[in-house]
Amino acid sequence: MMSTNTEQVTIEEKPAEEKPAEEKPVAKPVAKPVAKPVAKPVAKPVELPAFEKNISDKIVEKFGDKIVVSFVKVNRVGINVDKENVHDVAKFIRDELNYDHVESVSGVDYPQDKEIEVVYHIGSYSDPSLASQLIVLATRAEREENPIPGKDATRLPTLRDIFYSVEFHEREVFEMFGVYFTGHPDNRRLLLPEDWADLPPLRKDFAIKGR
Amino acid sequence: MTNEFLPPGLALQKADERIMTLNVGPQHPGSGHMRIIVQIDGDYIVACDPDPGYVHRGEEKMAEYRNYITNIPHLERPVIHDSCNVLYPYVLGVEDLLGIEVPERAKYVRVICSELNRCIYTMYWLAIYGIFLGHSTMFMWPAGDRELLIDLMEKISGARVTHAHFVPGGVRNDLPPNFEEVCLRQVNYFEKRIREYAAVFYDNPILISRTQDTGVLSREDAIRLGVTGSVLRASGVDYDLRKKEPYDVYEELDVHSNVMKEGDSYARSKIPWLDMLESCNIIKQALEKMPKSGSVRVKLKPNPKGKGFDSVYKRVESGRGSLGCHIVSDGKVEPYRLKLSVGSFRNLIALPYLLKGEKLGNMPSVYWSLNYWPVEADR
Repeated sequence: MMSTNTEQVTIEEKPAEEKPAEEKPVAKPVAKPVAKPVAKPVAKPVELPAFEKNISDKIVEKFGDKIVVSFVKVNRVGINVDKENVHDVAKFIRDELNYDHVESVSGVDYPQDKEIEVVYHIGSYSDPSLASQLIVLATRAEREENPIPGKDATRLPTLRDIFYSVEFHEREVFEMFGVYFTGHPDNRRLLLPEDWADLPPLRKDFAIKGR
Repeated sequence: MTNEFLPPGLALQKADERIMTLNVGPQHPGSGHMRIIVQIDGDYIVACDPDPGYVHRGEEKMAEYRNYITNIPHLERPVIHDSCNVLYPYVLGVEDLLGIEVPERAKYVRVICSELNRCIYTMYWLAIYGIFLGHSTMFMWPAGDRELLIDLMEKISGARVTHAHFVPGGVRNDLPPNFEEVCLRQVNYFEKRIREYAAVFYDNPILISRTQDTGVLSREDAIRLGVTGSVLRASGVDYDLRKKEPYDVYEELDVHSNVMKEGDSYARSKIPWLDMLESCNIIKQALEKMPKSGSVRVKLKPNPKGKGFDSVYKRVESGRGSLGCHIVSDGKVEPYRLKLSVGSFRNLIALPYLLKGEKLGNMPSVYWSLNYWPVEADR
């Protein structure tokens, strides 16, 4: 008796589980295009802020499929580009779109993708209409399991010849993530002690003691 | 460790009969918690290499191991005197990730706390700036007068320096009863008091002769180097995030950004003082327009988390310029990556540029006029 009861219960539950599963595929395609930038203009072209859309359109028009627009939010335009084209895109952003300085350069480690992302937040002082705008330019470098900073394949072209203000930021990313910036005139340590011989500390596989 | 990545103070160098390498800091009281490696020819600086990192505490790494709420007390450590402004972009960013709308009264309380903290920080900086120019009165007066505002912050948050008062969803506690009157009285007295600094410090011919036309940063170079805050506005660029990208209720307040064209040490030291007068003005406006009652906090669920993979970059105008917080969330209770882009770190790039060709005796006035806080730059 007991066993039959439990079977009945499980049989009753199953169709109840299937029902939301049927509903989910309806909801998911709406949510996914937000994350996937390629399908974004098809999904909701009306809600995008017009000024920011205009900026991203100019970049898309110039570079086509070499770049991916990752998001268009109020005051922020996200551009993903591979490392071969990052220099050209940055040059275009400075010369044609009037952006003139880099606010922040952050590295983000993705061990699961075997990549390290470097994100430049580029702003403008000289053009008043762009004062609140930031272009979020992201590019990815190859990630090595056993890094030898400066000597391995984790390399990116530097943007220092385009935006002078990245000098110290790129030095910080080099010591914290081991991303060597080819062409940077001054790839020295900045914050870490001179005798640091461990992994670059902001990588995910560098663990804090006791955690 | 190969020789190529070492700073010049440690790497082997060829001896030169004219050029002498001098390490200023990290123990030297004039350098803060950092080392400035200067190469001098007689009395003139020919090259300068800042070497920060002596107070690097890995705030960004620590943030990856703590949830969004327990990150609050340690993230304000980079600048304890300006703790509300350091937390501000982080709190705005987390609210953006969670999609929370903050009550109106909380926004005004935040603006008041932020402006009070800006004054507290600037007074501390002014005291140090005064003593390193040999002006003892300018050390004693700001160090005493900032107590007025610290008392106000103590009334609001219960702590005199590290307040941890901003939380995602508002502020931790409502203002104490009768706060508006006390605040208005203290701020009015404070404003009257700092106006007296002009006679003793800013109009003082000795200060003017030491700081005018030293360390000049032109407008073009300020833009190219990407400096921020008072350094940028002293070089004639009108860029204040409270006006350019208003957050919370700054849109409804009348904010005037102070700009000077000279770009020398004098202008850089005067802008923060003018900003303090502007802060008093903003506090008075905010006290007037603030809703007299209402909630100051949206209660969150325990362990709030983002909605999947997302990133946000928020920035505010702190005492030392634009302060940005880049949060990458992967939908867990801890941030996947948190980056603080701080004004001190961004202004550091101007130091080698400004000191080149200066006399060694002008180094303290140029260095401290950058409004540089070593602990914040190292994070």
